[in-house]
Amino acid sequence: MVSRIAAIMIKEFFHILRDPRSLAIIFLLPIIMILLFGYAITFDIREIPLGLLDHDRSTESRALAQSFAASGYFRIVKILSNPSEIETAIRRREIWAALVIPADFEKSRQTHAVQVVIDGSNANTAIIIGNTAQALLLDYSLTRLQTPMNPLFRIEPRILYNPALKSTNFIVPGLVAVFLLMVCALLTSITIAREKETGTLEQILVSPITALEIIIGKTTPYIILGFLVAVAVLIFAKVVFSVPFRGKPLELMVLSLFYIYASLSIGVFVSTRVRTQQVALMVSLVGTLLPSIFLSGFIYPIASMPHFLRILSLVVPARYYLQIIRGIMLKGIGFNELVWYAAVLFLFGSVLLGISIKSFQTKLEG
Amino acid sequence: MKNDLCIEAVGKRFGAVQALNDVSLNIRPGELFGLIGPDGAGKTTLLRLLTGLLSLDEGGITVAGHALPQELGVVRSLVGYMPQRFSLYPDLSVVENLLFFARLFRVPSDQRHTRMQRLLRFSKLEPFTRRRAQALSGGMKQKLALSCILMHTPQVLLLDEPTTGVDPVSRREFWKILRELRNDGVTLLVTTPYMDEAEQCDRIAFLHQGTIIVEGDPRRLPDSYPAPLVEIRCTDVVRAAQILQDSGAAESVQIFGDRLHVVMTSEAHTSEPLREILRKRGIAVETIRQVDAAIEDLFVHLIRSHP
Repeated sequence: MVSRIAAIMIKEFFHILRDPRSLAIIFLLPIIMILLFGYAITFDIREIPLGLLDHDRSTESRALAQSFAASGYFRIVKILSNPSEIETAIRRREIWAALVIPADFEKSRQTHAVQVVIDGSNANTAIIIGNTAQALLLDYSLTRLQTPMNPLFRIEPRILYNPALKSTNFIVPGLVAVFLLMVCALLTSITIAREKETGTLEQILVSPITALEIIIGKTTPYIILGFLVAVAVLIFAKVVFSVPFRGKPLELMVLSLFYIYASLSIGVFVSTRVRTQQVALMVSLVGTLLPSIFLSGFIYPIASMPHFLRILSLVVPARYYLQIIRGIMLKGIGFNELVWYAAVLFLFGSVLLGISIKSFQTKLEG
Repeated sequence: MKNDLCIEAVGKRFGAVQALNDVSLNIRPGELFGLIGPDGAGKTTLLRLLTGLLSLDEGGITVAGHALPQELGVVRSLVGYMPQRFSLYPDLSVVENLLFFARLFRVPSDQRHTRMQRLLRFSKLEPFTRRRAQALSGGMKQKLALSCILMHTPQVLLLDEPTTGVDPVSRREFWKILRELRNDGVTLLVTTPYMDEAEQCDRIAFLHQGTIIVEGDPRRLPDSYPAPLVEIRCTDVVRAAQILQDSGAAESVQIFGDRLHVVMTSEAHTSEPLREILRKRGIAVETIRQVDAAIEDLFVHLIRSHP
């Protein structure tokens, strides 16, 4: 048994090493993605280009505009002189929002309607701009009250684990989850499908090998490769973005094994059901990578999903692994708190692998 | 060891298609047996049944005394099977491919090296040990594939069209290797679509549409040809064939390159009327003579009489 598994494993390592381009992609892709997420696709918004249409031109109105600029969230880039210029400037993307101060802003002591016109073409930033402007106005009106007073209640948020709310801190663990899955599920399904396609599987099947031996032999190299990719991503993230690592690396490694196990089971399952590499690639992409990005809580919180998608997310292994890896890296928690997630992953993998081994007979027909 | 192959009344169907129908063959120990048949006759299906890659619908198979499917594991360790498509790993070298098969079949590590050297010498692949399989020529690829399945010294070899797509020189060389193996006592079942390879075998069977229509010694089989056969060399063989076909003087006409093989109607006694018919239509006959039927003629005849 050992000799036959070794035969497949050794051969598989040769395949990986003899294809340096694919190997480079496997390591470079996650690093490029981290750079993109880290530098370009940031969800933190600073210095939003703001247009100012000040009908009042008073000390008071200038003070309000100044408070916006001083907050750091906005930068006044354009002084507008009439309302029609707002839309033109937004269309040209010179400004993302405009602050419109009414003519009697200083004189009148009634509640004023200060208008904020926002470019809604990007819904995410529009919401953030709206909220930020709201908060700044509230702040300003409290400080300018005739009789200074303190509000009855005030929320004083204290954000744990990621106090600066840096996107990279929560993106990097998610990327590790996605890439482990990619290496384990996608590559495994392709490599088994390739042997079907080229006919080499037929040659292997006529030896006294068992389905389990083929599966162990073919997946082990990708487990190792997946581990190396994960370590490379984490080291890179630590060095370049100083992403924190508060828990124990060993605990992360051990718990990651359960996720790798679940991912491999998907790859093997897919490969038992398709005949060509192309189909394997498509099925793995649509069936694993997309849910891991969109349904796992990687980017969009599961709690804000429609009921149906929340149910669907229960069978996305990345959902559980994200709890594990974010928990260990950002919160510094460990086995005690996370063992249940690992158990779910183990169950998921065992069920899928069981079905696969049953249907992966050493025969050519169904 | 009695390394024979018994195929008894085997039937296999794929949906509505009867791929094999009541096929029985007894292949003796140490025999080089040829399974001849056109594409789609069911040759590959039969070999896949023999290796347990497909399961039997009807009949029984025993390989070296071990019945399928009950003793599949034993059978697979005794048999060497070479699929029709080249199925080695193109990115592995000659030696790496050989070692892969040695490990796969659990050849003891102290024997791997000697066996590999022997096979490399045997297949004349010694100068190319470090070359990747994808860089080998068609003939060398087939020799490597054969060497790989010989690593575990199987007693029964099943080769599916091993010489398809191989140049004529390499084909001759390959058959020489097969005869050497036969001389060492290995039982070989080889399929081929090439009629000329039939004569290289000890015995052959002709498979047509899933049925064995004739079986026997390739050197004696043509004697069973039922009617006189005439070979004609002439100008414009295609038109000549048509003319003879229409004239009613010939039972059937086959074109073989620049020659025609004409099966006479059984009442015809000489070939002279044929010459006359062609001459009248302006076709000059170079030679015309009665010939002994070849295997090819027999098969063509059998296919015609088997609707």
